[in-house]
Amino acid sequence: MKINDVILQTVTKIVVFIILTFGVELFLSGHYNPGGGFIGGLVLSSAFVLLYLVFDIETVHKGIPFDFKKVAAFGVLLAVGTGLGSVLFGASFLTQTASHFNLPVFGATELSTVMLFEAGVALTVVGVVVTIILSISEDV
Amino acid sequence: MNNILVMPMIIPLLTGVLLVFIRSYVLIQRVFSLVSIAVTVAVSVTILNLIQSDGILRLDFGGWLPPYGISFVADSFSMLLVLTTAIVTGILLIYAFSSIGRAHENMFFYPFVFFLIAGVNGSFLTGDLFNLFVCFEVMLLSSYVLITLGGRKVQLVESIKYISINVLSSWFFLVGIAYLYGTVGTLNMAHLSVRIAEVGQGPLLTVISIIFLIVFSLKSGLLLYFWLPGSYSAPPTVVAALFGALLTKVGIYAMFRVFTLIFYHEPGVTHLIIGIMAAITMIGGSIGAIAYNDIRKIVSYNVVIAVGFILVGLAVSTEVAIQGSIYYLIHDMIIKALLFVIAGTMIYLTGTARIQNMSGLIRNYPLLGWLFFITMLSLAGIPPLSGFIGKVYVGQGAIEAGAFVLLAIAFLSSIFVLYSLLRIFLNCFWGETIINEDDDVPLKKGMLIPMVLFGILTIALGVGAEGLAPYVSDAARTLMNPEIYIDAVLNSDS
Repeated sequence: MKINDVILQTVTKIVVFIILTFGVELFLSGHYNPGGGFIGGLVLSSAFVLLYLVFDIETVHKGIPFDFKKVAAFGVLLAVGTGLGSVLFGASFLTQTASHFNLPVFGATELSTVMLFEAGVALTVVGVVVTIILSISEDV
Repeated sequence: MNNILVMPMIIPLLTGVLLVFIRSYVLIQRVFSLVSIAVTVAVSVTILNLIQSDGILRLDFGGWLPPYGISFVADSFSMLLVLTTAIVTGILLIYAFSSIGRAHENMFFYPFVFFLIAGVNGSFLTGDLFNLFVCFEVMLLSSYVLITLGGRKVQLVESIKYISINVLSSWFFLVGIAYLYGTVGTLNMAHLSVRIAEVGQGPLLTVISIIFLIVFSLKSGLLLYFWLPGSYSAPPTVVAALFGALLTKVGIYAMFRVFTLIFYHEPGVTHLIIGIMAAITMIGGSIGAIAYNDIRKIVSYNVVIAVGFILVGLAVSTEVAIQGSIYYLIHDMIIKALLFVIAGTMIYLTGTARIQNMSGLIRNYPLLGWLFFITMLSLAGIPPLSGFIGKVYVGQGAIEAGAFVLLAIAFLSSIFVLYSLLRIFLNCFWGETIINEDDDVPLKKGMLIPMVLFGILTIALGVGAEGLAPYVSDAARTLMNPEIYIDAVLNSDS
């Protein structure tokens, strides 16, 4: 018997964007408020897991053709890379810096290197969570 | 600021990550991992020599000063272990090239070896108790993968035990850290030491120290070694050798660090308990080593005996005994890797792990036989080889402290080690060969070379102990005088 999941699929198509937006919001707010790469990454990955649950793995894989193991590896590379970047500038490992820029659309914005580090963390979390869920689902 | 300090952890980590991207190119993976290990060895030697000229080195991550930030602290003790780890891993990688098989190499075997090394080196170098927990976890997570990789039934059975026991002990670790933070309000090891010296190590802190003792005993197999022989005999040879050589040593390192730097005020309680545990470990390990006919079980129990022996030095806690423990720790990392590799090779050659089914191997593989002979002598502590100097110093320290019972048990356990290995030697290498010329499995050069390298190392370490002496005595001096460590972390500006 085929399960009728029209409602679930329709809702998911909208909800996924809300979750993704919220994930990015959490990620960006993490600099001075609760949030950050880890939590943002978890929320982002929950969006992907929802997609995998509602549609099947092949369909999602067609839309998001990433090897999530490599996403995780790239995240670690980015996070460690920012740490090593500070070594190149003669500062201690993992030293972060920030300064203010006047960007055309956003106005006065603070940009900091810790964003790159957090992006690495977020990618790692997304990669690892999705890989875990996918490997569990393969076993069933 | 000494950014070089973080390299023994970062180089393996980056290598592991980059190897994930090139998983299908096995040859590139092999070359890349060897180069990266060579660089790690070179960096470790550099740091070790820097310490001799500049004293203990410290790196504050992100420029946050201790006790607020997290620091890496390198003294001679930690760097000697980091260096040995890198060398042992490098040689084991060469063995892996010819023995682990394509399936493993394509399934992220090398990346996880490097993540394991990153965790091990991080544990040796960190100066923060919570960071130690994190590095332990990095190491353990990689070891979970390595023990299950391959997915044979016995591996899965043993990995369930291994993972549950380690999750439990990690939870205890976390609880201990929480108690300690709640009591003295800091987690920087040097700062902890200062604060505990100020308030005095009362009963409450002693109880907390015993929680840490339980945690590290579970990790290192001191008394609580019931999980060890099973888990270490399940995975492929190289992985078993890595575990046998490195993982228990990290627990031992943590125990040395914590009980010489932080909880050293009540030796009547903590060090006595360690001494009793070490004695029971050696007795239990000796019984296990002669009770089994499975060669993997015998070598695993040999790991247990060595753990007990090394901790005799900590229980006695004189400078000489600690020196002996450090020598023996380095020796044991090398010789246990060699022992596991030889045992694995014997199983590969004969297709059986039971010693009564092997015979006369020395006729077919003379070099393997002689290497086993050297290993046996080295483990027993015969003079020109590396086991000797450690045993002498531990013995001398035990006599100085008047711990004669412990001394007797320690040296008796050496005889049991010798007997257990002699049994293998007599059964498997002597006698008539049962392998006829048609079934003769050729011993690959790629397997023989790493074993010979280990053999050379154990001889060199024994003969060249003189060259190592300044580093070891500096390490022991730092361990016995916590104020040197504290001063380097809290007072100097780097």
